Amino acid sequence: MNILSTFVIIPLVMMAIIFCINGEKKDLIRKVMAAGALAMLGTSVYLTVDFLAQRELGDTAEFLYRSDILWYETFNIHYSVGVDGISVAMLLLSTIVVITGVFASWGLEDQTKEYFLWFLMLSLGVFGFFISIDLFTMFLFYEIALIPMYLLIGLWGTGRKKYSAMKLTLMLMGGSAFLMVGIFGIYYHSSVDGNFTFNIIEIAQNHAMPVDKQLIFFPLTFVGFGVLGAMFPFHTWSPDGHASAPTAVSMLHAGVLMKLGGYGCFRVAMYLMPEAADQLAWIFIILTGISVVYGAFSACVQNDLKYINAYSSVSHCGLVLFALLMMNQTAMTGAILQMLSHGLMTALFFALIGMIYGQTHTRDIRYLGGLMQVMPFLCVCYVIAGLASLGLPGLSGFVAEMTIFVGSFEHEDMFHRVIVIAGCTSIVITAVYILRVVGKILFGPLYKIVIEKNEKEGSVKSFYISEHDGETHRYPLRDAIWYEKIATIGLIIAIAGIGLAPLWLSNMISDGIVNMLK
Amino acid sequence: MDMIKEFYSGFSIMNQEVSLVLVLVFILLADLFLGEKGKKYLQLSAIAAFALNVVYGFTLTIGSTYEDSFAGMYVTSDMHILVKNILNIGTLLVFFFAHYWNEHENKTQSGEFYFLTLSTLLGMYLMISSGNFLLFYIGLETASIPMAAMVAFNKKAQESAEAAAKYILTAAFSSGVMLFGISLIYGTCGTLYFTGVTQAFQAEPLQVMALIFFMAGMGFKISLVPFHLWTADTYQGAPTAVTAYLSVMSKGAAAFAFLCILQKAFQNYPESWQNILWWIIVVTITVGNLFAIRQKNLKRFLAFSSISQAGYIMLGVIANTAQGMTATVFYIFIYLFTNLAAFGIISNIENQTGKVGMDDYNGLYKTNPKLAVVMMLAMFSLGGIPFFAGFFSKFFIFLAAAQQGLYLLVFIALLNTIISLFYYLLVVKAMFIETSDDPIKPIKSDAMTVIGLAICTIGMIVLGFISPIYEYMTSISF
Repeated sequence: MNILSTFVIIPLVMMAIIFCINGEKKDLIRKVMAAGALAMLGTSVYLTVDFLAQRELGDTAEFLYRSDILWYETFNIHYSVGVDGISVAMLLLSTIVVITGVFASWGLEDQTKEYFLWFLMLSLGVFGFFISIDLFTMFLFYEIALIPMYLLIGLWGTGRKKYSAMKLTLMLMGGSAFLMVGIFGIYYHSSVDGNFTFNIIEIAQNHAMPVDKQLIFFPLTFVGFGVLGAMFPFHTWSPDGHASAPTAVSMLHAGVLMKLGGYGCFRVAMYLMPEAADQLAWIFIILTGISVVYGAFSACVQNDLKYINAYSSVSHCGLVLFALLMMNQTAMTGAILQMLSHGLMTALFFALIGMIYGQTHTRDIRYLGGLMQVMPFLCVCYVIAGLASLGLPGLSGFVAEMTIFVGSFEHEDMFHRVIVIAGCTSIVITAVYILRVVGKILFGPLYKIVIEKNEKEGSVKSFYISEHDGETHRYPLRDAIWYEKIATIGLIIAIAGIGLAPLWLSNMISDGIVNMLK
Repeated sequence: MDMIKEFYSGFSIMNQEVSLVLVLVFILLADLFLGEKGKKYLQLSAIAAFALNVVYGFTLTIGSTYEDSFAGMYVTSDMHILVKNILNIGTLLVFFFAHYWNEHENKTQSGEFYFLTLSTLLGMYLMISSGNFLLFYIGLETASIPMAAMVAFNKKAQESAEAAAKYILTAAFSSGVMLFGISLIYGTCGTLYFTGVTQAFQAEPLQVMALIFFMAGMGFKISLVPFHLWTADTYQGAPTAVTAYLSVMSKGAAAFAFLCILQKAFQNYPESWQNILWWIIVVTITVGNLFAIRQKNLKRFLAFSSISQAGYIMLGVIANTAQGMTATVFYIFIYLFTNLAAFGIISNIENQTGKVGMDDYNGLYKTNPKLAVVMMLAMFSLGGIPFFAGFFSKFFIFLAAAQQGLYLLVFIALLNTIISLFYYLLVVKAMFIETSDDPIKPIKSDAMTVIGLAICTIGMIVLGFISPIYEYMTSISF
């Protein structure tokens, strides 16, 4: 069996197993989840090693591990899989976020079984999307990944969850409406001999799509994926959705699902319609440039921790599309690196916010202060995530942003220069909102927190005092426990790994980009 | 003697009709001769007899592409047989869901229910297989008039009578309009055979007017906007089993017959009807969706949803290709399982608790998880969410329309799917997310309903993945 298909089969098998387990046996369900997620991580690590080995041996095929099964003969639809360096990197990212997401939601008690079933369906869609090279199956998996979000947010979310869930689902489905027309256009206009095909490789080789058709269908496809990539002005689902979603779902959504947008823009819109991409890039460069700066500014004025990170995601994901549209090797490599880097650090952010919120029951930075004294482990992790986000050398953010801006600056005309410089300001603004949070809630003076020392027992207990509904609540505070530590440490290792040894990764990625730029 | 022989040989390709008539006669006699004690076996024997007929239908095949009898009055092909088989499956499912209702509320007249339902089915058969406008009209009326009696079946409820009155009046009116159109066709073409009309139709103004009258009449049957006004009231007032039958079978049969006539009789001047249909589709989908948002009664809700679904079905008709026909039939096939699942749940809950409001469904997952999950699958499938069958049928019907370059129409339809997803999600939201002080009590469904729902569920999940079904449809479409 093809190794790539295991990425689809493992979640399916896990769904079947968990479906059969009694919903009361929550520990068993969690263990099955952990085992399955570990198996997926193992598979993706093996895939990465094996992929690099094959490239080492000189296998220069564009996509490796090809497998192809005819599905609908009438439309020439195949279940067709294959990966290049970029997809391998995305799979690795996804499996890391999935396994840390499982540990981050270890403590979830409400309808655990249903929660993990939907969670698995979400990851199934994500994996399937990254391995597909057939537009139909790709679109199928894309939509499979979208719909579990509705129930995950609506049922297990917080705050205005019903509104946010509906908004997110409808906006993303709106994106897929654009996308679907784009796919039809590609399908009917890209064959040379009348044999229509959904296969990305064949379409790219035929390169038969007339430019006037490209000019119609490129914007549709790009916007379709751009909605998921939180491109201005279609980003408004993102802050609400992320703020309301439960921890692991925010992680997976911001960490991986938003990358589907960037990946799709790259793999479908730009790869299959290069002439239109070249002609229309300027429009989307402006839009994504606005995303980058606007997202960063918005993050500065938010008070809810999740909103801050959601807007920060808009900014960072905008940077991904921004760099892709620069259409040169350096910038595009940077874009993919940024996808990985942002995926990991935003997952870490959302995990930490979830852990803090689980204890204080508030995410409002106006009502938090001095957490470093109470939960040092979580706070140190938060600082690390923050530093990665503002691009400290040695962590993943630096590598990605550096590459992006160096690559973007290769364009010598005025338009690109101006917009790149404008984009660069986001780095500074990022520092503002990150340091604002770090300074206020982590290092500031204790606020609404009491530390009670019991000298007889030698124990120290701390409480968060909150007043609402006319009552005073005392929420006990503690530092991270084992499963939270696994989740955070796993992500930090990955972030530092990219930051310290970026070369093998960027080589793997640019190998895919070189093929595309041809 | 030879004439008689020739006449009877005409029946030799009408196997499905003949076997259905046999079932009809059997039910009529059983209803008549089974005494009070035997009555309880009536339902089972009726369902069993019809089930045999369904199985028999699947053994039939023509082989050659096209056959006719009675001098071209009656035509058939493998595609016609398949569509009739699909209608058979749907009718059987409706019988499963109606069993409980017949057993408890309609005990004295269950025989009539089966008899009338199958009469309309016979009418649909003739409508589909007609090669002449006259037979088509006879089939249409056979399918409509007993339907009015079925709608009025709930004699205790005033709504039911009101619904029937609305149905029969609009049906009669639309028949009148259609007959006027047909008479104009006869006047300008000199023939009522589809093959003859094909040659004589030159898209002259009077002929186009005839076509428009004809389309208006069909619009009533398929409930296309602006001819949809009877739909919501009739759906709401009729017994739920009848509503289910009306929304799937009646619509599906009429849509297929419509497609056959447009593609056969008016094939030489497709733009004469495509332009009108383009606008009809746009308003049908949009109006159906916008009105569905506001509905609180689930039967009315599904009425408007089915209006917009009819618009999607017409996308395959407007494509005017073999691929369009395949996509249309496949869409009807999937729609049957999906919509019947939704109606099965609604009728099950209505029969046992009398509740049909959207708010009554709040917190359904907590008390009746299985029903809630099946309902959710149905909503997702209607909304075209993968991996449920509705995604595949929608994708293919859009693909068929896009092949003709109707990208704008496809785009409008796709934007409408977002609206439709909104209201389908409202149902999911009610069942899964909302909580209720007075939720529906745990329901013990009867065996027939469980079988019906199980078939629908399997259909919704599996059918999209089984590509040979679609390949077979492609191979027999024309």
